[in-house]
Amino acid sequence: MAVKVKINGEVREIDAPEDMPLLWALRQELGMVGTKFGCGKALCGACTVHVDGVATRSCSTPIGSIGEGEVTTIEALGQTDLGRALQEAWLEEDVMQCGYCQAGQLMSATALLLRNPEPSARQIDAAMSGNICRCACYTRIKSAITQVAESGVAKKGKANA
Amino acid sequence: MPEAIALSRRTLLKASVLSGGGLALSAAIPMVARAAAVTGEAQGTLNAFVTIAADNTITIVGKNPEIGQGIKTMLPMLIADEMDADWDQVKIVQGDTDAAKYGPQLAGGSFATPMNWFPMRQVGAGARQMLLAAASRRWGIDSAKLTTKLGKVIDPASGRSLTYGELASDAATVAVPDLSKVPLKNPKDFHIIGRAIGGIDSPKIVKGEPIFGVDTQLPGMVYAAFERSPVFGAKLVSANLDAVKSQPGVIDAFIVKGNGNAEQLVDGVAVIAKNWWLADQARQKLEIEWDNGEWASHSTKGYDATARQLMADGKPQETLASHGDVDAAFASAAKVLDAEYSYPFLAHVPMEPMNCTALCHEDGAMEMWAPSQTPQGGQTGVAQMLGLTPDKVKVHITRMGGGFGRRLTNDYMHQVAAIAKQMPGKPVQLIWSREDDVRSDFYRPAGWHRLRAALDEKGKLIGYDDHFITFDIPGPGAYNPAAMSKDEFPAKFVPNLHYAQTKLQTRVPMGALRAPTSNAMAFVMQSFLDEVAQASGKDLPTLLLEIVDGAEKEPDSMGFTGPQPGFNPGRLRAVTKKALEMSGWGKTMPAGHALGFGYYYSHMGYFAEVVEASLEGGRITVHNVWAAGDVGSQIINPHGALNQVQGSIIDGIGQALALAIEIEGGAVKQSNFHDYPIPRMPVTPKIEVEFVKSDNSPTGLGEPALPPVIPALTNALAALTGKRIRSLPIDVKQLV
Repeated sequence: MAVKVKINGEVREIDAPEDMPLLWALRQELGMVGTKFGCGKALCGACTVHVDGVATRSCSTPIGSIGEGEVTTIEALGQTDLGRALQEAWLEEDVMQCGYCQAGQLMSATALLLRNPEPSARQIDAAMSGNICRCACYTRIKSAITQVAESGVAKKGKANA
Repeated sequence: MPEAIALSRRTLLKASVLSGGGLALSAAIPMVARAAAVTGEAQGTLNAFVTIAADNTITIVGKNPEIGQGIKTMLPMLIADEMDADWDQVKIVQGDTDAAKYGPQLAGGSFATPMNWFPMRQVGAGARQMLLAAASRRWGIDSAKLTTKLGKVIDPASGRSLTYGELASDAATVAVPDLSKVPLKNPKDFHIIGRAIGGIDSPKIVKGEPIFGVDTQLPGMVYAAFERSPVFGAKLVSANLDAVKSQPGVIDAFIVKGNGNAEQLVDGVAVIAKNWWLADQARQKLEIEWDNGEWASHSTKGYDATARQLMADGKPQETLASHGDVDAAFASAAKVLDAEYSYPFLAHVPMEPMNCTALCHEDGAMEMWAPSQTPQGGQTGVAQMLGLTPDKVKVHITRMGGGFGRRLTNDYMHQVAAIAKQMPGKPVQLIWSREDDVRSDFYRPAGWHRLRAALDEKGKLIGYDDHFITFDIPGPGAYNPAAMSKDEFPAKFVPNLHYAQTKLQTRVPMGALRAPTSNAMAFVMQSFLDEVAQASGKDLPTLLLEIVDGAEKEPDSMGFTGPQPGFNPGRLRAVTKKALEMSGWGKTMPAGHALGFGYYYSHMGYFAEVVEASLEGGRITVHNVWAAGDVGSQIINPHGALNQVQGSIIDGIGQALALAIEIEGGAVKQSNFHDYPIPRMPVTPKIEVEFVKSDNSPTGLGEPALPPVIPALTNALAALTGKRIRSLPIDVKQLV
């Protein structure tokens, strides 16, 4: 029996067991490979997506557990002002080296600013510490997040919501 | 720059000879081949690297594998600048593996910059000459009277111009000039080199577009998981394949026999399914009987005990370097220091786990999509394993989620080729779990050093002795990626010096980890020299400057990448002075904080770094790092350059604070990021970087900034606590 999951605004039917992690359903059942496999144990954050706007590790989230939850992936990040602002800041800061973890970093950063539009440096550290960047581009990730927070995009988004 | 010009000439004289596997290097690019003919459209392929379309789009091939070092952006910058192209009109495509067309394609050793600085510029300058010749023909004017600017050939006399697009098809019919003779720009005229340019693939990455090896998707593709013995060197006896084949989604399961070369193929079981997670789930049902052999008793603890005994016995197997009379120096010494240093095995753990995609065509030819730092070595290795000629193994180079040296070894390429061969016509993607990655790596070898230093009554260093305990893997193919050089600093600068080593036998696979040798040696030597400095009442930078006092630049030699500039004490002095100045060395520190210094020369780059650290409640915090580096006359892409240095520094701090791979029962104990804790954002210090420009040809930045930060940190802790860290990772308990 197919499992139904709402992904990026569209209900998708996935012909896979209910305990299949969302990560593998996205990548290999739906061909959405923007969400990355890093550790399989929710230790590195490379697979981060949003479920109802909350940063969630898709490698450890069975598709059968999502129910009515709305999943957003990196492929749809640019559809919001905040997501787009973060993508632009990432390019402006030339954040990445290999870039493999950056989808997860961007999803975690977006979730942070959604819930806390004006995070302190310490709060950024705390919220982002679940995301490993093996190239250690942390200085730039932090600076890109700070830049977007200071631009007020997140605050504006929150006021409109 | 006479030195640079001489380097260029010699670089091109060296023929490009590629051998199979590993670090097969060559300095020259082949004579740039002209692609067959001009296509029907008004478009011109000027050489193997450059194609110009009528709409002025300039397509440049990035030949080297991209692992995050920025090479896909950087090499085309060199070509585009010399072409006088408009960067906004440049499009970059990744070249496939093709040694004849592109020359060496390699991501390792920080080699790309020194190997390509001249050849890639010559490719661009050659293309420019062809465009000039085409305009000259069109206008009937001597090309010497024409100039170029931002994608146009200009006739200054009349003011008329032609775009490169308008000239492309004509230019493609012009004879390729002798690239060793094409004039290169004066660096003051660079308009792309030296500009901070963002990563060419970054706009795709922030949108999650498929770009990495593991993102490869082919029609009808299936996924493979591979189970091997956790014990290195084990042989497979039997497996319950039928129980696995009946699991949900499983297409097949079969035994793969190793080919006797652990760098290519070891025994294991392949499980194939329509989704990798299903293959991995089914894999958990495997029951395999292994013959673990004699190596199952090996352990880190055992190696450590043996090494400590060997260091105490003081009878090394072989001498590496011997200068002056060490025994006499120690006999006459007013003070002798004697210390044991050690460091652990380390894994690479790039973020993208090992993977590779392969399709065995019906005629037996193999097509591969490989995230490999040495795709040419992978191509020849796979061909050899399968009994094919290399032209029957087509290797597409994919972007990689990190390398750090792990992907210099192509075992996963061989694995998927052996699997795909069993399933002709079906594309197979092999993916390793993170546990596979941590437990089946080619590790930075652990090492031990017993160091002794002799000081005379004035505190001058008169004798230096090192007994290094390292590893050897029996059998063919294996090499030690952390071998000690006879010239390891301060060799040649201390009058009486002796380096010797003893090798332990192991089956633990060894490989190059970012800044191989240097990542360990810097810690050992710069920490011990800090002890020497302390014992003679001075600081480490003062001691280093004394050691090289009056020394002159050593002569150039032939290295992997062609002529290699000799060690230059002037560059050591310059970066040391700069780092001291940047950090305010000697200033009064806030209570509980201390500074430490480290210097190292590796991969042709000179780096001096100062760390400010504190220790509070059993926790070490690195607050600031100041880094001064000399990698030559030109920083090609300041964005990428700075990112490499910042990343290397955090990488080094991470290693020093927390990382170790331990062997137990012949297998690796660690398995994932919980017990192999790569640094996270809160570890990040404030990092200040300055490049000291020198009149030397530019060299690479993937590695040389890493080694000195480790001793800078341990030396800071020694200054702070009076306790010396002589073993990595740092055990905080030893500091309190």
